[in-house]
Amino acid sequence: MLCKIIKLNINGSTHETAIREYDVLLDVVRENLNLTGTKRGCDMGTCGCCNVLIDGRARLSCLTMAMECIGKKIVTIEGLKSPIVHPLQRAFAESGGSQCGFCTQGFIMTAKALLDENPDPKREEIEEAISGNMCRCTGYIKIVDAIENVAKLQKNGKGSN
Amino acid sequence: MKNSKQSFNIIGKRVPLVDALKKTTGEGFYTDDIKLPGMLICKILRSPYSHARVKSIDVSKAEALDGVYAVITGDEPGAQNRFGVLPISKDEISLPKPGAPGRAGKALYIGDCVAAVAAIDEETALAALQLLEIVWEKLDPVLRLDDGLKKTDEPIQDKTENGTNIHKSVEQHFGDVPGTIKSSKYAITKDFDFVGVTHAFTEPIASIAHFDADQRLIIWSAQQVPHYLHRALTEVMEMPMHKIRVIRPMVGGGFGGKSDPFPHEMIVSLLSRKCGRPVKILFDREEVFYNNHGRHPTKTHITIAADEKGKLTALDLDATIDGGAWGSFGVVTTYYNGVLSMGPYKIPNFKYAGRRVYTNKAPCGAMRGHGAANSRYAFEVVMDLLAEEANTDPCDFRLQNLLPANTETVNGFRITSNGTRECIERARQRSGWDKKHGKLSYGEGIGVACGFYISGSAHRIYFNELPQSTVHLKIDMDGGITVHCMAAEIGQGSDTMLAQCVAEPLGVNLDRIRIFSADSDTDPIDLGSYSSRVTFMAGNAAIQAADKIREKLANAAAKITGQPAQGFILKDEKVIFAPDPKISVTFDEALTEALAKNGALLAKGIYQSPPPIGAQGKFKGWRAGLSPTYSFQAYVAQVSVDPDTCEIRVNKVWAAHDCGKALNPLAVEGQIEGCIHMGLGQVLCEEMPYLKGAIQGPNFLDYRTLTPMQMPEVDVIIVESNDPEGPFGAKEAGEGPLLPILPAVANAIYDAVGVRMYSLPITPDKLWRAVQRQMTAGAPRAKAFA
Repeated sequence: MLCKIIKLNINGSTHETAIREYDVLLDVVRENLNLTGTKRGCDMGTCGCCNVLIDGRARLSCLTMAMECIGKKIVTIEGLKSPIVHPLQRAFAESGGSQCGFCTQGFIMTAKALLDENPDPKREEIEEAISGNMCRCTGYIKIVDAIENVAKLQKNGKGSN
Repeated sequence: MKNSKQSFNIIGKRVPLVDALKKTTGEGFYTDDIKLPGMLICKILRSPYSHARVKSIDVSKAEALDGVYAVITGDEPGAQNRFGVLPISKDEISLPKPGAPGRAGKALYIGDCVAAVAAIDEETALAALQLLEIVWEKLDPVLRLDDGLKKTDEPIQDKTENGTNIHKSVEQHFGDVPGTIKSSKYAITKDFDFVGVTHAFTEPIASIAHFDADQRLIIWSAQQVPHYLHRALTEVMEMPMHKIRVIRPMVGGGFGGKSDPFPHEMIVSLLSRKCGRPVKILFDREEVFYNNHGRHPTKTHITIAADEKGKLTALDLDATIDGGAWGSFGVVTTYYNGVLSMGPYKIPNFKYAGRRVYTNKAPCGAMRGHGAANSRYAFEVVMDLLAEEANTDPCDFRLQNLLPANTETVNGFRITSNGTRECIERARQRSGWDKKHGKLSYGEGIGVACGFYISGSAHRIYFNELPQSTVHLKIDMDGGITVHCMAAEIGQGSDTMLAQCVAEPLGVNLDRIRIFSADSDTDPIDLGSYSSRVTFMAGNAAIQAADKIREKLANAAAKITGQPAQGFILKDEKVIFAPDPKISVTFDEALTEALAKNGALLAKGIYQSPPPIGAQGKFKGWRAGLSPTYSFQAYVAQVSVDPDTCEIRVNKVWAAHDCGKALNPLAVEGQIEGCIHMGLGQVLCEEMPYLKGAIQGPNFLDYRTLTPMQMPEVDVIIVESNDPEGPFGAKEAGEGPLLPILPAVANAIYDAVGVRMYSLPITPDKLWRAVQRQMTAGAPRAKAFA
């Protein structure tokens, strides 16, 4: 199939890239643009390892057509560190919310969207928000801790970004 | 250094994993994140049949497709060379040889590898697979465990027992079990049925092989045990070890599922040699399920007997385990089902008979709590039954049967530190057990169970006298400390553990330490991340190496200050003269002096497990389960069962685990919480059903792990028994903590609704039927002490 050249706004920059019409965003981000922080866990929307932000909402990039993303603002995990690490990235590390780390970026993108919308979530709300993300290492407890800690920090005006 | 009363710099502190920021920022790279110039993509054709002979494969059309660089079948030189993680059962091959007799020419399960291509991209590789023309001869598959016990003309593997599909039978008998059972006041016999479960790590399996211009093979692979991959590759590729370089990028979880040398690793190596370019394979999620190597489906028959005082007198256990098509770790699993079943209890008479059968299903192997989880469930449920019959509280019943510290079990395990008593007492106290057990309303229940696990296997898989772990340290004038050791970081925190074990004796901050644990060319052999061995073994090796450097720095400080070297301690980035702390030099000053006219400081540390006692050579299988030390657990779980739907909610778990010494409580908690998540999955919802030989729903929608909303609150209770031989007193924390959660939940369900469950998972429909049966039978709700 012939390729199309499209422009995607990712992490604040415009990327021009050749895609096939059926390419999903995950393929374009990882294979075309080499933004490998976004992980491929299942290719069918069951693990959340590939979550990115599209216009501020957490989306499964493995189930999102790249063509649909033209004109939208996409943020990947690489876009959060600018230039210092994001409070969520630090909190996941310090709270033990990341063990093998493969799912971590997906959780962080989900958490970012949650906290942007609801800066003071209850523990149950956090659990519900991340229930589309799969982690096999942590039992989720320290992931929820990490998100809760960032919410508290932001409430006290200590978290930026 | 091993005195528990000593104050520590960094040991026992809540230390974030040293590689955590690399993971949270996406900067760290896993195998699939690596792209090499000229790299090709490999796809494997997988068998659509459970048991079939490959008569012929015509590869000409696939080879002719534009963009295809290589196609291989079992005719490729090396593709037929046998391998397997255990030298005693090398029954795996990379690809079946068309037309070959016996195992060599067969596909053994749906999903087994049949042929492979390397092409310019994934689409081309998949298109090429469609062009392979294969002539099959279908054979009768063996799909049920019981059928594997029968005689057959067409055994799945070449080496089986007595014309059946039995891979391995084992028997052990200590004391007089039948006689003791007969004369004991209490004896309870039950049958249990366990389905297979799988690791469900998030990173799909991936490897890249590059047969480079220097005729060396470099392989990047998501591996827990790079060393055994190295050994297998040398045999399959018929190349000396030094011509092969194994690199372990970050690994996205393993839990035992990345601890075998796999056919796909051989396949990409063979393809790369054939076409001279780097070749990558990335499994899709369905292929990961086919690859399996998870926990064996198991049928367990168990009798435990006790005397009139409620002291255990005998254990008789019989286990038949379903190995799937290959050997994998199966001989070990067969033994572990028996030898690890006694747990933390004193049992004078013990008999075990176990067998593993081959079936035409995805291979089973090692999974977190390897070989111990199913037997532990059976044992702890029967313990509860015995306690009830003896009219004793389940906690008390366990307490009166504990192994003491510093003892030997009837089958020759050397028990050193043992914190089980404290585990039970603290979990009991914190959970409010005495106010709850047998006293909660219908549908609410509380249960207890214990566990124990090896802290590394004392015996090597390959019999040799090499150290089980080696650590190299180097400090040059930049003041950074490089630690080399092939212990595989797979998310469990072994790099952090190594960093702490080096930083502590040297009195430095963790930011000086750099861990190199990924490259067989530069990092000395550690046997890998299996059997919960790394903290104990690599940790001790790291301390030994660091102590040697410490001595050099103390000598340097002595030279600068004119004080005797033995008076110096290393702390807070200083070398301090302990009798007069005002006399000190900085770490860097001492280092500069030590490097002068000498160059970089180098040191090596090793670990070898102590020679075995008791059992040595006295009976068949004496090596199985021997460990330099053992971890112990006691968990209390509280559950709610919906009286109408029998939906089970685990509300809280009090998890007491004796890890000797928590080098890093944050990481220990993470291991315990993760174990509870995985164990709850097996007891409540995870299963991998087969229909006509095909795994039903090989994906994360159908294979249901617990969601965040189903996770209970966990009260982690760390018990520190300070093991005399552990690194700073530490023992394992990665596998043992899985074991007690399964029976603790089952025992809590009994307390809630009065039914015992003898098959897993305990899904609401199964529990509902059991409750209905009990009501129909008119049995009173058997609630202990109600």
